[in-house]
Amino acid sequence: MTTDISPAAPSPAPPPEAEAEDGRQQNLLQEILSGSWLVSLLAIVLALLLGGVLIAVSNAEVVAAAENFFAAPGEFFSTLFSTVGNAYSALFRGAVFDWDARTAERAIRPLTESMVSGTPLILTGLGIALAFRCGLFNIGGQGQVILGATIAGFLGYALSLPPIVHMLIAVIGGIVGGAIWAGIAGVLKARTGANEVIVTIMLNSIAGYALGYLLKQNWFTHTASANPQSRVIDDSAQMFLLLPPPFRLHFGFVLAILATVFVWWLLERSTIGFEFKAVGANPHAARTAGISVSKVTVTVMIVAGALAGLGGAAQVLGTEFKLTGGISGSIGFDAITVALLGRSKPLGTFLAGLLFGAFKAGGYLMQSQTGTPIDIVLVVQSVIVLLIAAPPLVRSIFRLPTPVLKRKED
Amino acid sequence: MTKVFGSFVANDHIDLTIEPGEIHALLGENGAGKSTMMNVLYGLYDADGGEILIDDEPVRFSGPGDAVAAGIGMVHQHFMLVPVFTVAESVALGYEPTKSLGLLDIAQARKKVIEISSRFNFNIDPDALIEDLPVGAQQRVEIIKALSRDAEILILDEPTAVLTPQETDELISIMRQLKEQGTSIVFITHKLREVRAIADSITVIRRGKIVGEASPESTEAELASQMVGRAVSLTTEKDEADPGDATFHVRGLTVVDKAENVVVDDVSFDVRRGEILAVAGVQGNGQTELAETIIGLTEPRLGTITLDGKDLVGESVKNRLGAGIGFVPEDRSTDGIIAEFAIRENMILDVYDREPYAKGLNLKPKVITAEAKSKVEEFDIRLGSVADPIATLSGGNQQKVVLSRELGRQLRLFIASQPTRGLDVGSIEFVHKRVIAERDSGTPCIIVSTELDEVYGLADRIAVMYSGRIVGIVGPDTSREALGLMMAGVPAEEALAATDAEAASADEPAATSAGPADDDSAPTSAEETE
Amino acid sequence: MTAQTVETTSPTHAKVVAPIAWKFPIVYSILALVSFVFFGLIGRDGETTFRVASGGDLFAIPDLVVSSTAAGLTLGILLVIMAAVSVYVAMRRLSIGSWFPMLFGILFVLSFLAWAGGGSGGVIPLTTLLAGALALSVPLIFGAMCGLVGERSGIINIAIEGQLLAGAFLAAVVASVVKNPYAGLLAAPIAGALVAVILTFFAVKYWVNQIIIGVVLNVLVVGVTSFLYSTVLTEDPGLWNSRQKLPDLPIPLLSDIPVLGRVLFDQNILVYIMYVVVIALQIFVFRSKWGLRMRAVGEHPKAADTVGIKVNLTRVRNTLLAGAIAGLGGAFFTVGSGLAFGKEMSAGQGYIALAAMILGKWNPKGALMAALLFGFSKSLGNTLQSIGTPVANELLLMLPYIVTVFAVAGFVGRVRPPAAEGVPYVK
Repeated sequence: MTTDISPAAPSPAPPPEAEAEDGRQQNLLQEILSGSWLVSLLAIVLALLLGGVLIAVSNAEVVAAAENFFAAPGEFFSTLFSTVGNAYSALFRGAVFDWDARTAERAIRPLTESMVSGTPLILTGLGIALAFRCGLFNIGGQGQVILGATIAGFLGYALSLPPIVHMLIAVIGGIVGGAIWAGIAGVLKARTGANEVIVTIMLNSIAGYALGYLLKQNWFTHTASANPQSRVIDDSAQMFLLLPPPFRLHFGFVLAILATVFVWWLLERSTIGFEFKAVGANPHAARTAGISVSKVTVTVMIVAGALAGLGGAAQVLGTEFKLTGGISGSIGFDAITVALLGRSKPLGTFLAGLLFGAFKAGGYLMQSQTGTPIDIVLVVQSVIVLLIAAPPLVRSIFRLPTPVLKRKED
Repeated sequence: MTKVFGSFVANDHIDLTIEPGEIHALLGENGAGKSTMMNVLYGLYDADGGEILIDDEPVRFSGPGDAVAAGIGMVHQHFMLVPVFTVAESVALGYEPTKSLGLLDIAQARKKVIEISSRFNFNIDPDALIEDLPVGAQQRVEIIKALSRDAEILILDEPTAVLTPQETDELISIMRQLKEQGTSIVFITHKLREVRAIADSITVIRRGKIVGEASPESTEAELASQMVGRAVSLTTEKDEADPGDATFHVRGLTVVDKAENVVVDDVSFDVRRGEILAVAGVQGNGQTELAETIIGLTEPRLGTITLDGKDLVGESVKNRLGAGIGFVPEDRSTDGIIAEFAIRENMILDVYDREPYAKGLNLKPKVITAEAKSKVEEFDIRLGSVADPIATLSGGNQQKVVLSRELGRQLRLFIASQPTRGLDVGSIEFVHKRVIAERDSGTPCIIVSTELDEVYGLADRIAVMYSGRIVGIVGPDTSREALGLMMAGVPAEEALAATDAEAASADEPAATSAGPADDDSAPTSAEETE
Repeated sequence: MTAQTVETTSPTHAKVVAPIAWKFPIVYSILALVSFVFFGLIGRDGETTFRVASGGDLFAIPDLVVSSTAAGLTLGILLVIMAAVSVYVAMRRLSIGSWFPMLFGILFVLSFLAWAGGGSGGVIPLTTLLAGALALSVPLIFGAMCGLVGERSGIINIAIEGQLLAGAFLAAVVASVVKNPYAGLLAAPIAGALVAVILTFFAVKYWVNQIIIGVVLNVLVVGVTSFLYSTVLTEDPGLWNSRQKLPDLPIPLLSDIPVLGRVLFDQNILVYIMYVVVIALQIFVFRSKWGLRMRAVGEHPKAADTVGIKVNLTRVRNTLLAGAIAGLGGAFFTVGSGLAFGKEMSAGQGYIALAAMILGKWNPKGALMAALLFGFSKSLGNTLQSIGTPVANELLLMLPYIVTVFAVAGFVGRVRPPAAEGVPYVK
């Protein structure tokens, strides 16, 4: 890999992003139509459609109806719509509002479940987004989440401290864990030019094996169990609930909001963020302006890793309550798609994290009620991101106008 | 022929006729549209209008392959050579001689290189790696490439920009040889002297349009005024320098690049308050590295850099900027600005964390905007809003933003590398005036420039670099010929002596001006290059 | 920067010399000391048996039984001597051939094995170890070749993982439906190439960052294959996902060579295809018209364009070819090993393949060696696990990744990727 794959560099003339906020009077309608939020929305719709197609073709009833299409076309369409409709309505009921629920509590619980699932995605996504904005490809969310969860979880059952304090100590442990893990990639990039994409990918696997190793050591797991998992963390270290049971919404969500605000301030209002963005946009000019590119590289990775580590801590202290080999799930990779969907902006990442959290929460209900495997969520997610990465493609599919493009030729 | 980029018309209805076996010079300033036009001719861009005729037959090129097949060869300004290939591979690329199974017949390719190389005395080893070859040799590889495809029309795009005067002479003789063998040559340049030396006919382009044909007998001043559109005075008005103490010293500076080549070699000089030291030389002789080492982008292997009695070696760029250095980098779009950033952000690129723009870790957007607006006034920058990305500005206005940033604070030393490269005449004048004003306010200034006109326009003293060394520091009234010799590595005294002798024998009155310069500067240079 | 090559200066500048490179001597010394102290001095009592024979060899080689401590000491001393040589070489600023690290590595591994096999009195089955190493390397080698062809032409391919998985999936399904493993072998490259189609579509047409597409494509392939596995494949495994195994085709004579013959030449056709692919690439990347153009496009696309080479077409074609190669590698998981398809069965091998490509410096030969090294360390982990040694499996499995981190951090010399990789070519 090249030593400088900054996102700015690969596109000599970037494709028309809708950032043409120039002073000229533009047709308002055209601006809305070509706006990036509309592209995002359409990408989501398209991806859901595509997911629907996949659900339909893998469903035996729909396939059987299709074989009889010429005999009974109506039958085919009703089977098609009911199959796909059932799956997606279960997805919605599991993610936002369950109108079939017996109690009001149960009806609104899905929304809070989406927030719960979204919390680690938002936190880790912010870490990835921050790095993207600074020209670094942090593919290592997975490893950083694992490290964060490992240290936070270990501190959660190994120490005995008063409530809140214990939790905060464990959270800080998680932050430090993620920061160190990402910091390795940052230091190597800054000192030797080692490509952070490769290093973070490698660190993901190393973290996975390291956790696997630790979970076999009794001194670490604090159990005599042969299963590769740890003791349950102490109550004092658990993130307290924001709502009474059966809601599971916990303090981690507040942390996610705070982290979103923090990243916004960092990027938009602080001198540190100015340095970050300068290095991301043009490291040569940043260096010439006296900004230490290597220092920024290390700092960015540390902050990004800290956020991802916090995501891991929230996962283990707020939802899972014990360490297992699969503690990180696919948070690290999902977070990359979250950051991309959020266009690497703090608020966008927050919303994208919520959306993907909702997919996850709804996916479980969809799987249990309609038998549609939750894997469809992965498909929808990745298609969304692919489409979002290529706005012109979405525009051409829907025949939207292209935003006015200002391009200078020397 | 017409070529349009967005709303920018690079070539506007251009007609051009090349006769067989002639050297046709295409003369124009940077950005006049010369290269665009040749890229269309070579099939790299599609024309938006017009047609190309070869021997009265209209042709259409969908890509360079077609152009090559039609007998057009091109030597690009930035060489189109793959650094990790050998010469033979580079020449073969695209027209590979093959054996069975698509395997390369490298022997065949080598033979071709050797054959053409010996025909023109190029002295090129077919097995050398491109990246190991000096620039002049790479250019000859490009010419071999074109000739190996039986080019009848050879386009040379700014071929002398990277060459020493001696290499330029060699190139000119190569061009004559080619012409004798019947090859037509289109020679793109903005250097007047070369045009007069070699061209059979001259077409002058300005702002994408042909403004006239000229004969090689025209004087430089005539050609220049055609190029820029109005009669320009080739020197900038300025008062005599009134130098004070030398506050900036460089001693024994040696810089080594990544490949362990010595790029700045034992360089020593002083700059006094209130004077401009111009560093002249052909591109790539260590000037860039010298400037970057002073600002701290590169650390020297040996030597000291002292400003106001403080050694700067080992200090960070930030500390050096803090010590009062203002720096205008050579490559504006790469090092000077951040294209995506707003204009106002670019104006604080190296002072963003200082009062009044920031307090603690917080930026102060209101102050930043207000300051930016006042600088826009002061430096006459034409723009829509200071919140627009700087990429929306013209090159000249971008450079003004850089200058407003670097000159907008109290300086102890000002360094500018190629401050007017690619700018229009109006902007050049503006930049020169600001630099002279900075000098007059007592700041020691260093201007690195490969343009002799700029050197003469600004310099109070001229340091000439060749192959990493300063071959001499001479006065501003040294003759062009003498500077040319020094730029080829001839030590100052010899160069001055040689041109004196030549001038005396040719009995040109201009030579007398070299006399006093000799007295002034020869001892200085001898002492300082010690 | 527009920096041009600076003309080389005269040899009078000898005073400026490069600093001594201490990196390698330090690494060698540490490893040698580890070997000498841990495997030798405080090594474990008992004997280690190296078993090289397996049934059916032309002539039997007896087991080699050594004392764990004695072997550790002897090999440790040899390693210390080699480390000393490397220090001397570094101080004289000489360079040393690639045989040196290889010999050092082999000796170190032997000393480690002698130690690990001690204590338990275990038998180290060398043939099984090496056969396992090759088997585990096959998908890695295909994957690394895929990455190499793509990146040499300027397209970064993080989606090797997805291409392996897609290949494994389609090979299993087609082989199962047709009831013929060779049919799966034909289908696998198509799956890999399809993933490459999406990659190039977004990378070349829409200039989307190639790392992003790669990462997202991996998720997409996992999603699609897992979804279809959970729905279609599990509904009727007999039809869609029955086991089909490519038969072993021992090559006469060659396969009778003890140890290596068994390991290398008693394999199924996929392994032989792999040999051909690696050898062909080694020749064609550097010596053919195709390879020359591919490298030109990856190093300096504009230069290629100016001689009439269609840059983007070349990139698309080569990336599709690369995808097909990776798809073949994926087939090894299913029809190559006689397994049914399982969810996410590529298990990160694509990322190791990427690592192997980098470690091999974008050369087929180098990538082959790196992939074999990774396969070996994994096989070693499995072997040690089965004979019950104190070394944790996870730590050995980590090894390839750690080695790669060191490699990209510059510990194995300059790693120079194709100059234009990841940069979309826009006129």
